[in-house]
Amino acid sequence: MMASSYNAKEDGHVTVPGGGTIQNKKPDNTAFKQQRLPAWQPILTAGTVLPAFFVIGLIFIPIGIGLYVTSNNIKEFEIDYTGTDMSSPCFNCSQSFSWNSTRPCTCALPFSLEQPFESNVFMYYGLSNFYQNHRRYVKSRDDSQLNGDTTSLMNPSKECEPYARNEKMPIAPCGAIANSMFNDTLDLYYIDPNGTRIQIPLMKKGIAWWTDKHVKFRNPGGNPNLTSAFQGTTKPINWRKPVYELDTDAENNGFINEDFIVWMRTAALPTFRKLYRIIQKKNNMTPTLPRGNYTLEVTYNYPVRSFEGRKRVILSTISWMGGKNPFLGIAYITVGSVCFFLGVVLLIIHHKYGSRNNTADIPN
Amino acid sequence: MDFSSIRKLITRWCAGEENWVDTRTVYIGNKEPPPGAEAYIPQRYPDNRIISSKYTFWNFFPKNLFEQFRRIANFYFLIIFLVQLIIDTPTSPITSGLPLFFVITVTAIKQGYEDWLRHKADNAINQCPVHEVQHGKVIRKQSRKLRVGDVVLIKEDETFPCDLILLSTSREDGTCFVTTASLDGESSHKTYYAVQDTKAFITEEDFDTLQASIECEQPQPDLYKFVGRINIYSDRNEPIARPLGSENLLLRGATLKNTQHIYAVAIYTGMETKMALNYQSKSQKRSAVEKSMNAYLIVYLCILISKALINTVLKYVWQADPDKDEPFYNQKTDTERQRHILIRAFTDFLAFMVLFNYIIPVSMYVTVEMQKFLGSYFIMWDDEMFDEELGERAQVNTSDLNEELGQVEYVFTDKTGTLTENNMEFIECCVDGYVYVPDAICNGQVMPGSTSMDMIDSSPGPGGKESEELFFRALCLCHTVQVKEEETVDGIKMGIHQNKATSFYISSSPDEVALVEGMKRLGFTYLRLKDSHMEILNREDEVERFELLEVLTFDSVRRRMSVIVRSTTGEYYLFCKGADSSIFPRVISGKVEQVKARVEHNAVEGLRTLCVAYRKLSVAQYEETCHLLNSAKLALQDRDRKLAEAYDLIEKDFVLLGATAVEDRLQDKAADTIESLQKAGMKVWVLTGDKMETAAATCYASKLFRRSTQILELTTKRTEEQSLHDVLFDLSKTVLRQHGSMTRDTFSGLSADCVDYGLIIDGATLSAVLKPSQEDSSQGNYKEIFLEICRNCSAVLCCRMAPLQKAQIVKLIKSSPEHPITLAIGDGANDVSMILEAHVGIGIMGKEGRQAARNSDYAIPKFKHLKKMLLVHGHYYYIRISELVQYFFYKNVAFIFPQFLYQFFCGFSQQPLYDTAYLTLYNISFTSLPILLFSLIEQHINMDILKKDPSLYRDIAKNSLLRWPIFIYWTFLGVFDAVVFFFGSYFLFNNSTFTSNGQMFGNWTFGTLVFTVLVFTVTLKLALDTHYWTWINHFVIWGSLLFFVIFSLLWGGIIWPFLNYQRMYYVFIQMLSSGPAWLSIILLIVISLLPDVVKKVICRALWPTTTERIQVGEHTHTHTNTYTHTHTHAHIMHRSTSSHFTSVTPASSRELIGLTS
Repeated sequence: MMASSYNAKEDGHVTVPGGGTIQNKKPDNTAFKQQRLPAWQPILTAGTVLPAFFVIGLIFIPIGIGLYVTSNNIKEFEIDYTGTDMSSPCFNCSQSFSWNSTRPCTCALPFSLEQPFESNVFMYYGLSNFYQNHRRYVKSRDDSQLNGDTTSLMNPSKECEPYARNEKMPIAPCGAIANSMFNDTLDLYYIDPNGTRIQIPLMKKGIAWWTDKHVKFRNPGGNPNLTSAFQGTTKPINWRKPVYELDTDAENNGFINEDFIVWMRTAALPTFRKLYRIIQKKNNMTPTLPRGNYTLEVTYNYPVRSFEGRKRVILSTISWMGGKNPFLGIAYITVGSVCFFLGVVLLIIHHKYGSRNNTADIPN
Repeated sequence: MDFSSIRKLITRWCAGEENWVDTRTVYIGNKEPPPGAEAYIPQRYPDNRIISSKYTFWNFFPKNLFEQFRRIANFYFLIIFLVQLIIDTPTSPITSGLPLFFVITVTAIKQGYEDWLRHKADNAINQCPVHEVQHGKVIRKQSRKLRVGDVVLIKEDETFPCDLILLSTSREDGTCFVTTASLDGESSHKTYYAVQDTKAFITEEDFDTLQASIECEQPQPDLYKFVGRINIYSDRNEPIARPLGSENLLLRGATLKNTQHIYAVAIYTGMETKMALNYQSKSQKRSAVEKSMNAYLIVYLCILISKALINTVLKYVWQADPDKDEPFYNQKTDTERQRHILIRAFTDFLAFMVLFNYIIPVSMYVTVEMQKFLGSYFIMWDDEMFDEELGERAQVNTSDLNEELGQVEYVFTDKTGTLTENNMEFIECCVDGYVYVPDAICNGQVMPGSTSMDMIDSSPGPGGKESEELFFRALCLCHTVQVKEEETVDGIKMGIHQNKATSFYISSSPDEVALVEGMKRLGFTYLRLKDSHMEILNREDEVERFELLEVLTFDSVRRRMSVIVRSTTGEYYLFCKGADSSIFPRVISGKVEQVKARVEHNAVEGLRTLCVAYRKLSVAQYEETCHLLNSAKLALQDRDRKLAEAYDLIEKDFVLLGATAVEDRLQDKAADTIESLQKAGMKVWVLTGDKMETAAATCYASKLFRRSTQILELTTKRTEEQSLHDVLFDLSKTVLRQHGSMTRDTFSGLSADCVDYGLIIDGATLSAVLKPSQEDSSQGNYKEIFLEICRNCSAVLCCRMAPLQKAQIVKLIKSSPEHPITLAIGDGANDVSMILEAHVGIGIMGKEGRQAARNSDYAIPKFKHLKKMLLVHGHYYYIRISELVQYFFYKNVAFIFPQFLYQFFCGFSQQPLYDTAYLTLYNISFTSLPILLFSLIEQHINMDILKKDPSLYRDIAKNSLLRWPIFIYWTFLGVFDAVVFFFGSYFLFNNSTFTSNGQMFGNWTFGTLVFTVLVFTVTLKLALDTHYWTWINHFVIWGSLLFFVIFSLLWGGIIWPFLNYQRMYYVFIQMLSSGPAWLSIILLIVISLLPDVVKKVICRALWPTTTERIQVGEHTHTHTNTYTHTHTHAHIMHRSTSSHFTSVTPASSRELIGLTS
């Protein structure tokens, strides 16, 4: 640097061994500044890692077995009702679909359960090849509108385009997600051994996250009358009914309709399932779904043929670890075994080479 | 340099072509030109301000921003940010804007602070007071207000504020003494001459009457060249013109010595002074790590672009089917539909770029910058690099090069003041084989081959006594030392005897001072030269007077000097002292054998030896020599040659008296430091302006050359005998033959005593070697041959180097095919050029001013501190930063690759996997502090061991931790982890329920799961790499994880009013409430960490590096308390310390290290 020409003056200052300057310049002798903080110095050697591997192996394998067994004990039944096959009862409905048909198309699928479902049964609908995680789709919603914000109700967010307005009227709920809400109606009948059809009661509450239903989603205004609350808005284009007619129960109507909330939680992958109904266990004596014949009655409103999608209904019991998923158990068993195996390998290495390092080189 | 010259050109153009002239005319005292003088063209000169700062208050903001965005990385992030602002991208502009803003702000603050410091330093200089003579009075003035033409008064020990022409001095003869130590490193006093016709002006009033102008050339950087003319207007109108040369020009930066005061006139000021012109502008040095970082960046940029390209192409392939592109549930808006396909494809490409841009981490630059800046404090704080004597500690001027300290392959060191203390000390003399040691301290030493004796009770007989006294007298007379008295009032005799400090000796050669002072201690005191009589105070306190008749001055070819004196008794003596090689052949009698043995003994000890001889002249002989000398002196042509011939004739037929030994004291632990550096695999070169013999002696003393080293000389002396061409080829043949046979020897296992070579080259020969080839091509490859020789020499000494040549050498090595990392260390201004040239420049806060320390990258108080600087700090910084760089890339691959994979499952729609907050904060807060703190305090090996075992330095040589294989390993590790995170979560999520209440999770939970595993894995990976767990590491690592959890809880715990989406609401909490999520997080973390742990453990067990062996050894030592272990360890420790003194080859030290494990 140029500024260095005048050294005489500064040198004079510095080299004067006056106590002050030295005291100031002398670095503090603290452990931190001298990089001598007390420290634990672990080293990953075969010897130290060995026990960890065995421990992991010993813990993971039982967990894996437990998970696998649990998963296997779960009853799951799946039925595809897309109706692509000529033989399928829903073939006609899937072929003759049109958005503006007034008369709903229904079809009934018979099926039988080999084993009884003992505990609560969860009924899911599943869609395949449906890209709920498409970016344009995911963001096409207005969370403040869904949270009951009246200004957003009338002025839906730009993100909802092209489902924000219909003929100048704001759409409530706006956006592609709401617009494409799944609207098949699924009913389940048990065919008594003596041939009578008994409708199985399906619970439609408790299928959405509690926080979603009670905090995140709210109907606009303090108005108990939903019809007037949604005054000035229009229904989504694909919907048959406006949002305030989704259910007769006021606690499950409008934005806080649980079917709607479930649908609004966009799925992570193009093949997904969503909780539809819960079949509550009645008493301890009888299974929730005894073995026998059943009929699934579908009001076929939802078209999937255009994008080669599939529709399914899944009946499943649930354990503490969720639905049937053997993957987790198998993964645990595999990793546990690999760790155990590696532990053995390392043990050999440790004995063979570790001791070499320690002793072989010691000279005379 | 380039920049300033361009600027100068511009100012010239601005000033107007016609105003530009080759010379400047300066009117002394800025008086009106006298009538009749030539038409005066006023020129504008800069004021005497020195400006080193880059910014002013006003231009800081725009200029700094501009400079910052010139950095390619910042520019890249700016572009990304702008793209996000303009087009519809998956992530909000905040995600890249915030980090960028942070980076820019931090850098701006840092640079602003540094510039403020520069401003302060400039101000201190520019405001320091000078005395100006105005209208016959002396006024004080700030240095920066000095103008060209001002007459200034400089007092003793003041530094010249600008380039001055000496007008008059306080000494009658119009001379003054100046030391230019801070300019060219020569600490000797030089004589400058006042203009003959103005030296009578000795008071301020006189200068009021002086009418004169100076014409001189425009400023140019050559320190030793100056041409000018002074015109003095007396009463008569005819001005007197006198030539001015460099002997009249006092340069800025030099210091007035030994002269009470001088008057001088300023001719070049401020940035036009020769000193300022001599500054090489400090070029931005970049470290090897930074270079490899940039290479990695390019790789990642390629990955990024190819990722974006692949995705874009796949997207259009995938959505060729309109039902996939626009299914009924997910229609586009009209404006989107109408957009041209190419535009759509391009915006898609950009959107993918934005989505994946985190793979090139912005925060890496901040973290690296912070690591360097904060890390450099450990150098300053180091207690072991504090020097009590100077009261100075190490100082860091650029923190950009910390890690380069761990990569040094060549060390270029200055000699005087760096290796040595530049403090000569008389050690002993030997008269007729009897050794005299002035200090009682040395009595304990056993002196083989001679009778050791204390001077007082030693009396080698009457004959010996006589020659002893003659020897002492000879040394008292045969020199060119001047005596400087502080106080002459008390009389010199009194002064010298009672208070030694009142008078001291000055000479251009510190050796002579040491000799004369040594004689003083042996009882013969040189008092002064008065009326051409030299006065000596002998042991009996009698003053002896010798008339000094002739001085046959020293020159480096003859390597001796002589004086001819006449004693009071009327006898003529010729005393001569010189190098043994130049004295012995001229000796006819005396105890040659004994003296020779002693001289050789001393030379090996690294002492500087001189032999003393005399010759008694008869009157006739004296007359003859006078005649010879005078005729030679008067010769107009070939005077030098004739003088040399005359000297040759005169200096012969000597009687040998004895020899002296002077030590240029090596700096404390210099030899140990050099040895350590060599063991660490560095090549040490000594570059000095000193003469060859002295330098070689130092090299021996500092163990650079060993007794077994075969010295190859490439000096003027040799090239005079043979042509340069032949010498070079000879040498290279010698070296290469040895090299060849050595490999053969090692092959047959007989590498017993291979000779190592030391090369000595001098400046003149060097410039001949480096001269670009003129005509025939065979000369062109001198450089290569020279490099080849150097490469095979264990040590190289370059003597008689000009400052620029030092830089040339450094440049030569720097640009050699291997591109080694060079380090230059020096203390004087003459080392500045090489300090600036080398990759790392280290300045020693020495006696010769602070120039070197200021221009260096690092400054240390003593040479010995270099050892800790390189072996400990350099090693640590390199380890730390390489882990930092690799880890950053790793964690960002692991971060972004799942997003890439996710595109295959979301229709290539650029849907981000993670929430915006996670995208933004991942690098800024969740994973930033652990790696930053790691890179500040990691110590893979104890620092004492690093110091004790220099060979560990070889483990990290050649940027070994940032090589491509390692980089690829880390990248693959990142990719592997990413695959584990993504597909692990995928298989868990795929079509199954996750909760015990049957409810389903959405895409944000999926992303959060992946992200949680990611943050934990990446942090734990660092934890596994940490070898030094202080409480800070614990705090930061566990703290970061805790922070992530708390943040996630908070982020999902509230409906955030300012956000237009609430997608994360309760996502994290819901995930944690599910058992399988916990299980899968643990599982995935274990799977991701497993391969790295296994690889590490197996590599350590099967192919341990030296470092790893040491680590294990240390580990055993600290963790076992059994008697046997500690015993073995202590034994080994003992061995390794003792092995320090013998030389340990890396192989044997490796074995040694192996023991400790």
